[in-house]
Amino acid sequence: MIDRILKAVLKFPLAFFQELGELGILAFNVFFWALRPPYRFGVLINALAFVGVGSIFIVGLTGIFTGAVLALQSYQGFRQFRAEGMVGGVVGMSLTRELGPVFSALMVSSRAGSAMATELGTMRVTDQIDAIATMAVNPIQYLVVPRVLATMIMLPALCMLFNVVGMFGAWFVAIHILDIDPGVFFERLRLWVDPSDVFGGLFKSVVFGFLISLIACHKGFHASGGAAGVGEATTKAVVYSAVVILVVDYFLTTLMVSNG
Amino acid sequence: MAGTDQTSKDFIQIIDLRKSYGDNHVLRGVDMVVSRGETTVIIGGSGAGKTVLLKHVIGLEKPDSGQVIVDGEDITVMNDVALGRVRRKFGMVFQFGALFDSMSLFDNVAFPLREHAHLKPREIRERVMNMLRLLGLDDAWNRFPGDLSGGMRKRGGVARALIMEPGILIYDEPTTGLDPLAARNVDQLIVETAARFKVTSLVITHDMTTCFGVGQKVNVLYEGRIAFTGAPADLAVSSEPVVRQFLGSSGVSMDRVKPLIASS
Repeated sequence: MIDRILKAVLKFPLAFFQELGELGILAFNVFFWALRPPYRFGVLINALAFVGVGSIFIVGLTGIFTGAVLALQSYQGFRQFRAEGMVGGVVGMSLTRELGPVFSALMVSSRAGSAMATELGTMRVTDQIDAIATMAVNPIQYLVVPRVLATMIMLPALCMLFNVVGMFGAWFVAIHILDIDPGVFFERLRLWVDPSDVFGGLFKSVVFGFLISLIACHKGFHASGGAAGVGEATTKAVVYSAVVILVVDYFLTTLMVSNG
Repeated sequence: MAGTDQTSKDFIQIIDLRKSYGDNHVLRGVDMVVSRGETTVIIGGSGAGKTVLLKHVIGLEKPDSGQVIVDGEDITVMNDVALGRVRRKFGMVFQFGALFDSMSLFDNVAFPLREHAHLKPREIRERVMNMLRLLGLDDAWNRFPGDLSGGMRKRGGVARALIMEPGILIYDEPTTGLDPLAARNVDQLIVETAARFKVTSLVITHDMTTCFGVGQKVNVLYEGRIAFTGAPADLAVSSEPVVRQFLGSSGVSMDRVKPLIASS
């Protein structure tokens, strides 16, 4: 009886730590196989194009509207005490520190991460991953390393795109719709947003890129049970990624605030 | 290479191989050999441990105890890097071909060459097209696996497995999911490939007709052990109860098997 209760209570923590352990092992393997030759630049370029170029449109689109709505909302708040000029600074800070890295990571995870989990999952259940291994090519090196590297390289770039386009959206709404003085808008932006805000956000992006690609590849790599299994792996990859992004973001921010 | 014995008659030697998953004892001491130049069949019903045994032979799984000796080297104690070297001796033909969806048939067959052989693009093209021609696939070289029929995909899998000139070709359930006519075509493909490329073959199957049609030596895997080893003709007349039961339940009548034995 106690046995069974203990099992039920411990089920989730145990699953959590097993997941964490597996991710850790995969991370170690990715580092190990990333350093070992052969380096497959062609495969990496393909992954870069898929993660990066393929995500430009969706990241730009979400960026522009995020910036626009942020300007609109903060304007509503600041107007109450006649501080409309602060909109530029506040939007700039929010975008570069938080919304840029987090939203671009969420978008890339739901687009590229889900695709990675599905592709690798399908390859797993149709023996293609075993086929790679039997042809004396390490599947982690061939499949996981380029995807993780590509996401770590491309996510900061997409985050920067999100920042710039988001700022454009905010500028458009603030100047052309809300009639804020452009001089004040840009002066606040210049005064409030430090390069360190931008770099901090980009650093977060690198970490997010590593985590979401690792999670997606891990889920796909260990998919089982045909089409249903692949679907489950994809769902889990996207959900876990979203949770991990938000949780890790809090701790990274804590670290950055206390250090700087 | 230390321990390599190229002249040994046995290509693969499996010694007292055991593997359990929790309480499920899948392999309970498997002993068998695959001799050089022969086509060896491992036959067993579902759940007999065929797939698990196969994964041990190619080093995708580690046993609880026992040895798998390939060309004189025990692969059960090897790490991934050393295994990579041994695996080049294997050509693996998967159940449904396992061709890469993202590549054309040509790129699929060229994949191992590009990875391991330092050849010029022109030489790769020649070798790949030559192999495709031998298997009657040269017209389909630029098609993707999704556009190929099941039989073509299987032949594509054979082409990819053969391109590195492996010491042994391993077929995993080659006739599963095919209609009887296509299944006999695959049997013929196995026999022809073995003869034409002089390659040692290991066929893992539950199909009795394949077993009698292609096998020069047959191993019956039953409840995690080898219940019978010998020529197909001996299998047909074996008095071993397990073998009789398996033959009976497989629905192969001896009248149909006898001509097959005679022809092989």
